[in-house]
Amino acid sequence: MSLWLAFALMTAAAIFAVLWPLGRRKAAAGGSDIAVYRDQLDEIVRDRAEGRIGEAEAEAAKIEVSRRLIAAADAAETRQGAAPTADTAAPWRRRIAALVGLILLPIGASALYMVLGSPQLPGQPLAARMASVQQDRSIQTLVAQVESHLERNPNDARGYEVIAPVYLRMGRFADAVNARRKVIALAGESSERQSDLGEALAAQGNGVVTVDAKAAFERAIALDPKNIKALFFIGIAAEQDGDRHKAAAIFTTMLRDAPTDAPWVPVVREALTRVGGTPPATAAAPSAPSTEQPGPSAADVSAAGQMSEKDRGDMIRGMVARLADRLKENGDDLAGWQRLLRAYMVLGERDKAKSAADDARKALATDPGKLRQIDDMIKSLGLQG
Amino acid sequence: MIPEIGHYALVLALGLALIQATVPLYGSIRRDASLMQLASSTAVMQFIFVAGSFAALTACYVTSDFSVANVFENSHSMMPLIYKFTSVWGNHEGSMLLWVLILALFGASVAVFGNNLPVTLKANVLAVQGWIACSFYFFILLTSNPFLRLAQPPLEGRDLNPILQDPGLAIHPPLLYLGYVGFSIAFSFAIAALIEGRIDAAWARWVRPWTLAAWMFLTVGIAMGSYWAYYELGWGGFWFWDPVENASLMPWLAGTALLHSAVVMEKRNALKVWTILLAILAFSLSLIGTFLVRSGVLTSVHSFAEDPRRGVFILGILVLFIGGGLSLFAWRAPLLRQGGLFAPVSREGALVFNNLFLTTACLTVFVGTLYPLALEALNGEKISVGAPFFNLTFAPLFIPLMIAMPFGGLLAWKRGNLLGVAQRLMVAFAAGIVAIAITFAAAGVEHVLAPFGIGLAFFVIVGALIDLAERIALFRAPLATSWSRALGLPRSAWGTAIAHAGVALTLIGITCASTWGTERIVALKEGQTVTLSGYALTFDGMVQRAGPNFRVLAGKFTLRQGGEVVGIMEPSKRTFGARGMTTTEAALLSQGASQLYLSLGDVNGDGSAAIRFYYKPLVLLIWLGAVVMAFGGALSLSDRRLRVGAPKPAAKPALQPAE
Repeated sequence: MSLWLAFALMTAAAIFAVLWPLGRRKAAAGGSDIAVYRDQLDEIVRDRAEGRIGEAEAEAAKIEVSRRLIAAADAAETRQGAAPTADTAAPWRRRIAALVGLILLPIGASALYMVLGSPQLPGQPLAARMASVQQDRSIQTLVAQVESHLERNPNDARGYEVIAPVYLRMGRFADAVNARRKVIALAGESSERQSDLGEALAAQGNGVVTVDAKAAFERAIALDPKNIKALFFIGIAAEQDGDRHKAAAIFTTMLRDAPTDAPWVPVVREALTRVGGTPPATAAAPSAPSTEQPGPSAADVSAAGQMSEKDRGDMIRGMVARLADRLKENGDDLAGWQRLLRAYMVLGERDKAKSAADDARKALATDPGKLRQIDDMIKSLGLQG
Repeated sequence: MIPEIGHYALVLALGLALIQATVPLYGSIRRDASLMQLASSTAVMQFIFVAGSFAALTACYVTSDFSVANVFENSHSMMPLIYKFTSVWGNHEGSMLLWVLILALFGASVAVFGNNLPVTLKANVLAVQGWIACSFYFFILLTSNPFLRLAQPPLEGRDLNPILQDPGLAIHPPLLYLGYVGFSIAFSFAIAALIEGRIDAAWARWVRPWTLAAWMFLTVGIAMGSYWAYYELGWGGFWFWDPVENASLMPWLAGTALLHSAVVMEKRNALKVWTILLAILAFSLSLIGTFLVRSGVLTSVHSFAEDPRRGVFILGILVLFIGGGLSLFAWRAPLLRQGGLFAPVSREGALVFNNLFLTTACLTVFVGTLYPLALEALNGEKISVGAPFFNLTFAPLFIPLMIAMPFGGLLAWKRGNLLGVAQRLMVAFAAGIVAIAITFAAAGVEHVLAPFGIGLAFFVIVGALIDLAERIALFRAPLATSWSRALGLPRSAWGTAIAHAGVALTLIGITCASTWGTERIVALKEGQTVTLSGYALTFDGMVQRAGPNFRVLAGKFTLRQGGEVVGIMEPSKRTFGARGMTTTEAALLSQGASQLYLSLGDVNGDGSAAIRFYYKPLVLLIWLGAVVMAFGGALSLSDRRLRVGAPKPAAKPALQPAE
């Protein structure tokens, strides 16, 4: 059953609750106070028999209650005469009430729900995410095993060394810091252990290289001036302190001394660009293009410079076709669509741009924010209609 | 899909509540029967939708759907199933949903079982219920929405506050809310009567079952909360005069006064203004309780979330209903005519006496609770009004109340004979004096006042028995006659006697546990033994275990009396990884109504464990007394006379407002 069908049925039930009593011909009979007073008279008799009220008082009480009984009966009679029944009641009132139920209720409810609710999000009970949970569970069991092992052997440095990165990945930063400290206390310090401790401390500080973390990294560098992790975090610390020059100098030195195939080079290059430095040209280009914005590699660009006009056009067309193929498979990429549209316009292929615009709107239909952005772009390129 | 269905159901319930709050009211002014009938059908449908919404949230908790922010924040996939259920209301948003669920339940009960009510009264009562419901739906949807979603659900939840991971959470909040919210019906009846301008003896009879039901639940709810605090907080105390506890005690005192004053109104058509005022006050105090607890004014286990926006919203609701209710009262109450007459010494007079003392006690608690808060708000001065204040003011008010209790039951209506009643109570006096003498003989004269407390309790219990014996003419008439009279006795008479005896039981428990309780606070090494009140406790060592979502460090202790092993006690500490918190689990061992209470403190480096070891004589009577009180209320609720006034004998078992 789809969500909207369920909503429709629920709304119908709510409307029914309003319309049903309006449609009933016969008014339900209500209770009345007369019965209560009759019962009270009986009660006085019973109290008298139990001796819970004096003879004279019982008489007085009877008169009191009888008076109430008569008054209630009188009131009931006048009401009976004056009160219109459901049939004689003004029908327009019932019609208005029916309209309230039939129109205001569903409109009001859906309007409020549209503001507050998130109908596009499916429910995600844990069982439905079993695959990831299975993995999670196995981590949990592993952690529990190591933890119980450490409870029995609290001096096992290796155990802490094993579990610390797991803690870090699980987001249990305080535990990770603890474990790293334990390792150093039990097995002695080394440059690597100090920089691992610093990393955990920085994670605990939400990525901020705190004073504690910085001290750990500096200790690590003192032990081994070539400790990459420590150098990198000291650079980040400088960046966070606002000292971009120092940060750039550290990152540049790291890149200069880097072995060409070091896996961390792209990260450092990125950091260097961020602080405003230029990565040294000799350094290896990032081997894998970043997944966010696959573009032409440096080699492609330099090759394009030496090509003839026609070859260059072919090469660009090939790249655009690759982009279009990728977007056909994975359409949820706003930046990709924007690039594709712009490329078609630059190449002068207006028809292709138009059909790509339609595809983009279809692919992004589920996300109102992205849809609006792509619509704005289509408008600005004059591709509507 | 399920969370969104729950969300939409809640929105629809708001829509129905808005209709319920307005259309029937208009119908009752215009005497339009079909518009008034709308109240019942919308009330029932509204309940169905809120129940659906609550079920949806429960389903999200049980299946650990962390795409619901509320589930992610208060649940953990490894929690035992029962806590997955209870954590639904173990947080601010969910507990407010429970609040409106119970509100809708009471509304639907009036709609279904209230067919002995006049049509206009029923329509107006349900309309006022609709106002209350609307304000709380808006509060939930706009400031405390439990159905807000996370687009990227995390893998694991943040776990429920470990202190709340206890079976107590399954029972205490629902019962307490049934009590709090139950008084909303009394409030709605009062407002409806003021709107109609027609308040009479019959009104008192109609409102009685609802007040009684709310009172019962509140009694057990408070007792349950007290017992929970007793075993979970690891201190052995059962009542701390904590503002949160006081917040639940105040509506109880006002509600108890209301129950008694409504009897006078029913019989004599008197005390009308007062009864209406009490009905408004009982619910106002419930609202204040909710406000104090939920707004973050008080910091305690109960204030799940501190958000000023919520506080302001609740304050608005508070001003609207308390201010509005009292204004309406001030405007309409002078129109009420006073009814029947009675002498000062009479059953009615005794009930007035009861009201005087109960409301004064309520005022005392009110002042003691709010004065420190007001002072802090005004000049930032922090003072603490603790047990000494309440012991000095509360106890002197309750002693005359309990002395008067047996007299009230025996005095005749309209004009009573005090001397005659005193003569009939001779046996109770004697029982009290014997109890005092025996207590002195057994416990010595160290505590002078406590034996009198015991004596008073026995006086009340025997007084309640004499009341019953008098009614069935026991020993005055042949046994067969007494038996048939006992069968014919209204259930409410049995209920009264039993509830009064319950108060006495609680008094015995409080007196004994606080006077003759003993304690030892020591550090024990493995194999060492400590003795307390004739019991010997030996420390056998520590053990570690893994629970479902926590780790346990438990101490093993053997308890012996005269060399015989009485039992094994295992107090423990639980460490919850997800929140990095530790809770104390005391070990309790009951010996009759008395308990031995063992709580584990710090474990020192040399292997010794600090422990707190208490002996609490007859402590269980405190809570047993409350259960007995509630049982008396239930008996009274089942009284046939409360259903009088229905147009025809109801085919279905009527008047069980809570299922």
